[in-house]
Amino acid sequence: MHRSLKKTLFAAASATAALALTGGAVAFCGFYVAKADTKLFNKASKVAIMRDGDRTVITMANDFQGDLKEFAMVIPVPVVLQEEQIHVTDNAILDHLDAYTAPRLVEYFDEDPCVRDKYLERAQMAPTAVMEDEAGSRRRDGLGVTIEAEYTVGEYDIQILSADQSDGLAQWLVENGYKLPEGAEATLGSYIKQGTKFFVAKVNLEEQAETGLKYLRPLQIAFESPKFLLPIRLGTVNADGKQELFVFGLTRSGRIETTNYRTVKLPTGMDVPLYVKNEFGSFYKDMFHEQVEKENGRAVFMEYAWNMNWCDPCAADPLSSQELRELGVYWLGNDSNSTLPRRPGPQAQDVYVTRLHVSYDAQTFPEDLVFKETGDKSNFQGRYVLRHPYKGDANCEAAEEYKAALPQRFEKEAQTLANLTGWDIDDIRDKMNEAGQDFDEPAKDPWWKRLWGDDDKKG
Amino acid sequence: MALSAILAVGLALRAFAITPVQIAGIGAAALFAQYLGSLMTATRFDPRSALVTTLSLSLLLRADGVTPLMIAALIGVGSKFMLRFNHKHIYNPANAGIVALLLLSEGPLLDAAWTTPGQWGTALWFAMLIAGAGLFVTYRAARFDVPLMFLGAFAALIFARAIWLGDPLAIPLLRLQNGALILFAFFMISDPKTTPDGVISRIVFSAGAALIAYILTYHFYIADGLFYALAIVCIARPVLEWLDPAPHYQWGDPVKIPALFIPSKRRSKEPAPHPLPAE
Repeated sequence: MHRSLKKTLFAAASATAALALTGGAVAFCGFYVAKADTKLFNKASKVAIMRDGDRTVITMANDFQGDLKEFAMVIPVPVVLQEEQIHVTDNAILDHLDAYTAPRLVEYFDEDPCVRDKYLERAQMAPTAVMEDEAGSRRRDGLGVTIEAEYTVGEYDIQILSADQSDGLAQWLVENGYKLPEGAEATLGSYIKQGTKFFVAKVNLEEQAETGLKYLRPLQIAFESPKFLLPIRLGTVNADGKQELFVFGLTRSGRIETTNYRTVKLPTGMDVPLYVKNEFGSFYKDMFHEQVEKENGRAVFMEYAWNMNWCDPCAADPLSSQELRELGVYWLGNDSNSTLPRRPGPQAQDVYVTRLHVSYDAQTFPEDLVFKETGDKSNFQGRYVLRHPYKGDANCEAAEEYKAALPQRFEKEAQTLANLTGWDIDDIRDKMNEAGQDFDEPAKDPWWKRLWGDDDKKG
Repeated sequence: MALSAILAVGLALRAFAITPVQIAGIGAAALFAQYLGSLMTATRFDPRSALVTTLSLSLLLRADGVTPLMIAALIGVGSKFMLRFNHKHIYNPANAGIVALLLLSEGPLLDAAWTTPGQWGTALWFAMLIAGAGLFVTYRAARFDVPLMFLGAFAALIFARAIWLGDPLAIPLLRLQNGALILFAFFMISDPKTTPDGVISRIVFSAGAALIAYILTYHFYIADGLFYALAIVCIARPVLEWLDPAPHYQWGDPVKIPALFIPSKRRSKEPAPHPLPAE
């Protein structure tokens, strides 16, 4: 259901269409009309991290597009993992998490200015196979690489390596079909000296065929470590241009933030021109990149931070207990597979989700992302507002004032949009005009007409 | 002084999630504790030390409500009067408040307060550096060695680590561009009232704090290692002072009888100490 929802939402041209799809999401603070998802960004990786104390579960979405034989990944991990600590899950769960936390567009309709009261916005793992024993642990002489363990989990053949020397590890990886970018050796060396192990994975084609899927499923690892970080350095070695990363934190006490980079809130709550409804995808993308530029490319952006119990307005339903457990939220009971209520219910689920969005390269983000969990439970969402002017007939003094104020309001929306996205202001004005947001002052009777207008004594 | 405080508070409001109500709460609690302490020890009430503590806490500690921050201020300023040794208070008040709240957040006051070490832009960092260094040269020249030695030792450690690991130097440079580190160096560890008076013991104190902070942060992955490090060296300070005795530092006059022992009549005639007050 979530997948079909996602595909249609971008095409959703009207609020009613989207409302029908989301099952009538008439939200507390406006009507939810569209959301933007991570698929807009090329080379975007999605990672969910459950963290509680030292307990960590990392879920890595796999967006590999090429020949499966070519697939190979190397991930630094803090400890040697046993087979039960590795798992594959379904793409749909991460997609759901993505949809639930995505920036959203809401719309309001102005009331008849003649009757309205002061308008108040109210919104504000599987089979058991023990790790190979010491005798089974094979040391590759000369290269100094030890295969600490080997497993097949789902469609992946996985090895956990430890190494003495970066050149030995690099050579081993190359000999075993892992393509290493130039300059990766130094980074590997740094990880080796910090006692890091390496989780390397390839696709087992037979197992993959058995899954019957055309894509690779997300890999999950569970471990305990005081290190609360996400290794990004290996990925930056040979990257051409910037890479996009979405981190979904699942924690207990409050939102997460980076300690070695600034975490900045995405601008939110602005009124934007009506036509943005049809271009919300490119709006989100360009706005994000404009904000990255404004921070000199050195900030991590927080796009969503909310208690998983509810949402308002909902871009998608909150994740079910079952889905959350799958992502590593071990403290949730196994009993319920129903969707959580949208409003805070009596049973607090105690799961706090943070969505962070990073655009990074080796220059702007030289060090791995280090996180910390805060006690901050305040809600935050990327939310943009469409305000439809009142279209009906209105003949009163208030209506004239209302109409006279509209061009100014539209101009402000145009400037907001230009400022957020870096789009050309004249283009914006043109598109607004096309969409019926007119900047011309309405023809108004001169003031003296109203002064003596009803008088019989005409001059 | 007042101007820089206002500036810092303004920057903090813009850059960090702290509300004016929270800052007012910290200030009120700090001043209250200072007043109460002055009454109990029969010393003159000087609000400035409490205000410096307010500034530090406002910049470094975060909480959901006002209460945890007020508790931090009470503990911090209170520790100045309660935890004393050899006529000096043991802990830097703001540091004591932060460490106490961080420890309480692990237990009885679950997740009540936290620090935001990463939330400083480069501009803010630079402003802090200039303000810190500037204030220091003006008011705390007698202890200018402490932040320099601390920052020097800390920088040496993280650069050495980067070279050993073969990391690009961008990594240690990034780590040094941390606003909390600069604030800590110039406004917290440097406090003359809680640093040893002897030169050798000051070197040991500063370098020791840097080493402990480095180990806690990069070997034990404790994000708040900086604050714990100062608390640890402050406990060891009496030992350092015993090994390396020197006259106590007094504001404006390096060698003088502690204010506690001056009769109250004479005290009122004392010229008001002009420098940045002790924390």
